[in-house]
Amino acid sequence: MPSVQIMDQDAIRRAVLRMAHEILEKGGVKDLALIGIRTRGVVLAERLRTAIKGIEGKDVPGGTLDITLYRDDLTLVGPKPVVRETLIDFDITDKRIVLADDVFFTGRTIRAALDALVDFGRPALIQLAVLIDRGHRELPIRADFVGKNIPTAKSQNVRVFLGESDGQSDHVDVQGAV
Amino acid sequence: MTQWKHQHLLGLQDLTAEDIELVLDTAQSFKEVSSRDIKKVPALRGKTVVMLFFEPSTRTRVSFELAAKRLSADTLNIAASVSSTTKGETLLDTARNIEAMNVDLMVVRHGTSGAPFILAQGLKCSVVNAGDGCREHPTQALLDLFTLKEKFGRIKGLRVGIVGDILHSRVARSNIWGLTKLGAKVTVCGPATLMPRGIEAMGVEVCYDIRKLIKNSDALITLRLQKERQQDKFLPSLREYGRLFGINREKLAEGSDELIVMHPGPTNRGVELSAEVADGKQSVILDQVTNGVAVRMAVLYLVLGKHDM
Amino acid sequence: MGLLIKNAMIVNADKIWDTRQDILCEAGKIVKIAASIAPDGHQIIDAKGKKVLPGLIDIHVHLRQPGCEDKETIETGSKAAAKGGFTTIMCMPNTTPVIDNAMVVEFIRREAQRVGLVNVYPIGAITKAQNDQELTDMAELKSAGCLALSDDGKAVLNSRLFRLAMEYAKMLDLLLIEHCQDPCLSAGGVMNEGEVSTLLGLKGDPAIAETVIVARDIEIALYLNARVHLAHMSLKRSVDLIRAAKAQGIQVTAEACPHHFTLTDADVKSFDTSMKVNPPLRAKEDVEAIQQGIADGTIDCIVTDHAPHTKEDKEVGFDAAPFGLTGLETSLGLTITQLVKPGVITLSQMAERMSAAPARIVGLGGKGRIQEGKDADLTIIDPDKKWTVTKEGFVSKSVNSPFIGRTLSGRVEYTVCGGKIVYAPVA
Repeated sequence: MPSVQIMDQDAIRRAVLRMAHEILEKGGVKDLALIGIRTRGVVLAERLRTAIKGIEGKDVPGGTLDITLYRDDLTLVGPKPVVRETLIDFDITDKRIVLADDVFFTGRTIRAALDALVDFGRPALIQLAVLIDRGHRELPIRADFVGKNIPTAKSQNVRVFLGESDGQSDHVDVQGAV
Repeated sequence: MTQWKHQHLLGLQDLTAEDIELVLDTAQSFKEVSSRDIKKVPALRGKTVVMLFFEPSTRTRVSFELAAKRLSADTLNIAASVSSTTKGETLLDTARNIEAMNVDLMVVRHGTSGAPFILAQGLKCSVVNAGDGCREHPTQALLDLFTLKEKFGRIKGLRVGIVGDILHSRVARSNIWGLTKLGAKVTVCGPATLMPRGIEAMGVEVCYDIRKLIKNSDALITLRLQKERQQDKFLPSLREYGRLFGINREKLAEGSDELIVMHPGPTNRGVELSAEVADGKQSVILDQVTNGVAVRMAVLYLVLGKHDM
Repeated sequence: MGLLIKNAMIVNADKIWDTRQDILCEAGKIVKIAASIAPDGHQIIDAKGKKVLPGLIDIHVHLRQPGCEDKETIETGSKAAAKGGFTTIMCMPNTTPVIDNAMVVEFIRREAQRVGLVNVYPIGAITKAQNDQELTDMAELKSAGCLALSDDGKAVLNSRLFRLAMEYAKMLDLLLIEHCQDPCLSAGGVMNEGEVSTLLGLKGDPAIAETVIVARDIEIALYLNARVHLAHMSLKRSVDLIRAAKAQGIQVTAEACPHHFTLTDADVKSFDTSMKVNPPLRAKEDVEAIQQGIADGTIDCIVTDHAPHTKEDKEVGFDAAPFGLTGLETSLGLTITQLVKPGVITLSQMAERMSAAPARIVGLGGKGRIQEGKDADLTIIDPDKKWTVTKEGFVSKSVNSPFIGRTLSGRVEYTVCGGKIVYAPVA
């Protein structure tokens, strides 16, 4: 299937840095925590934390969320997807949580993540940071921080590659015809 | 990672090493769920899990029930008497009647080896074996494996001794399957009258000297000794059993300080284990109980996937 | 008017005829065997391309009547026998009530005559109510028509009582058939004790439970110079003991069942309760030894130990299910498939083990051989015909067969009993 590259390593680096600035502009580092959604959201959250430390000189708490058990299609898929650990070793109650994910599409993953998150406590505020927003929402959810908006056809496939999770240099491409 | 392909869990005999690893890894994630304030995830919301027990059991049933509830499944306990399944109503009839109420999974314990096979062949819902006769008790072995992996970081190469009434023990058989598949070295130890004929064919060594076993083991899985064995003449007396095969502090001292002692419960204190060993720092009996819930959550979660694709 | 079988290839225990013969049966007897007999208005079976054997005899059958008519009756059991090629069957006394007096014997004989398909000879019990306590009135049983006595289902465990029974039966020239099993050693075992029972966690029935009784009975027979017949031998060790005893001239005869020369304890892994039999299915080496014993005559005859049970009785899990499988309708097919086709025995030897020998052992002088003047009991078979065992195919009341789904060589085409066709192909 033909694919078109739409972001390269530099573009991703710049987008992450800009998003870090925006997160800080909207509330500083007070009570801030970043939680990444497995798998690539975790990489994005880590990069945002690193960028924030670079800007503010402060560590903010980070966590990892596996949303498998909260998916709304669990009874439809088979065999069962592999469940991995959720690692949130701080209390999220009264925190300002920025959820991070790589591609924002139907919104169902974020819905599951919100459900999962409230099982851990009651944050003061939950915001959403995504590297790519490709549209086609099926739920009333929007992102607070977006790396890049990409208009796509529903049939297309947006692929994000990040060094830490994919073992190749950072890039984003779109697969399939419009 | 491998995908789970089994509609039922009838025994570890039927699983590959990869299948077992998948259950253990999945259980790791579920252990975290049980440590939360809100110990519940919606993974099996709307599913109905029936505990169909033909033998009395508190521990296993409660563990399965908690596991199902923490996955948001609805649960129902049926303590079936074997008498209701003798003349007239067959085992399968009983189960089909329950299944007809749109049950998704049955957790079955039965005094006859192979009973869950008969149910799995005759039912559309998933069947999880919670112990059949002297054959298998797969979730107990899985939780034992999980506990061993948690303590040692690996199973491969571990020297595990299984001590007690091997002849009548489904826990022993399931553990032998699981441990040998994952590369542990298993030695069974117990009275010769309670050692089943041809057990070596399962890939284990036989030893009748508990002290020697203790010296050469990383972990000991001790088995519950049913009091009836004395009436059945397998043993001269429980006292003599305790003397030969019971584990006390003095015998344990001959082994490594790292040696861990396990028991599926309930323990006959003073017979299989002395109180100071059962409660001592080398005992992981309570960890086994905790891990049991996580392992059973993993099993229920995996088995309830779709398998017809 | 008689029954004329044309173009018969006759297979007797001692010889297979090399030319086709016609066999004329009149008034229940074989009256003439000749190259060509005129039709003369006789009923005719054309046996061209088939083999004609002396009617098969099964001296070990459970007909369940009286007492368990839901499993089998004399009528359905007779039908199953006829379909399986048997013209004479002997039924074991473990009914309710037990066949331990003349009244029960007469009831069975009357009912068998009413059904009118095959010869049914009841086997009387050795001890009253099979209780291992008091001997039955053996002379009365003999005069009522019993050819043999047995406590089948269990052994006569009391060795003194068995010695007395053997002495008494010898005086009356009655055959004693022993079910060789020491229940103390069996201790509730449900399958052969060994690696497979260990693997499956099922209670094992050890080989020694059979062999200690085999050895004991051989010793008693030697001591009394009396005869004994050992039922359903299942072990290599039993075959060895019997072979040695026969070599010393001890009057011991023995039988074995098709399932014991076909299946092994590994087949129990399916938890199919049709695999639960007593004695249990044994190891591979035992299966081979039983085949060898049949080949060299250590095992005198093949019996079915036909033991029908209902679906409800069997579908209760392996421990609770009763022992036994239905055998009358698969015996010939299994014998041909397992023994004749692989060359373990010849067709003549099959006629010996399934007809001539059992007739000789129980003293049925008119049976077991195709010969002028003998009873007109004939089994006409196509040894090459392949057929598949199906649940629906059974005429027995019960379908507890471990062979369902198997394709067998050798099918019964006609069964003729007393000169009358009692089984013929449907279409």
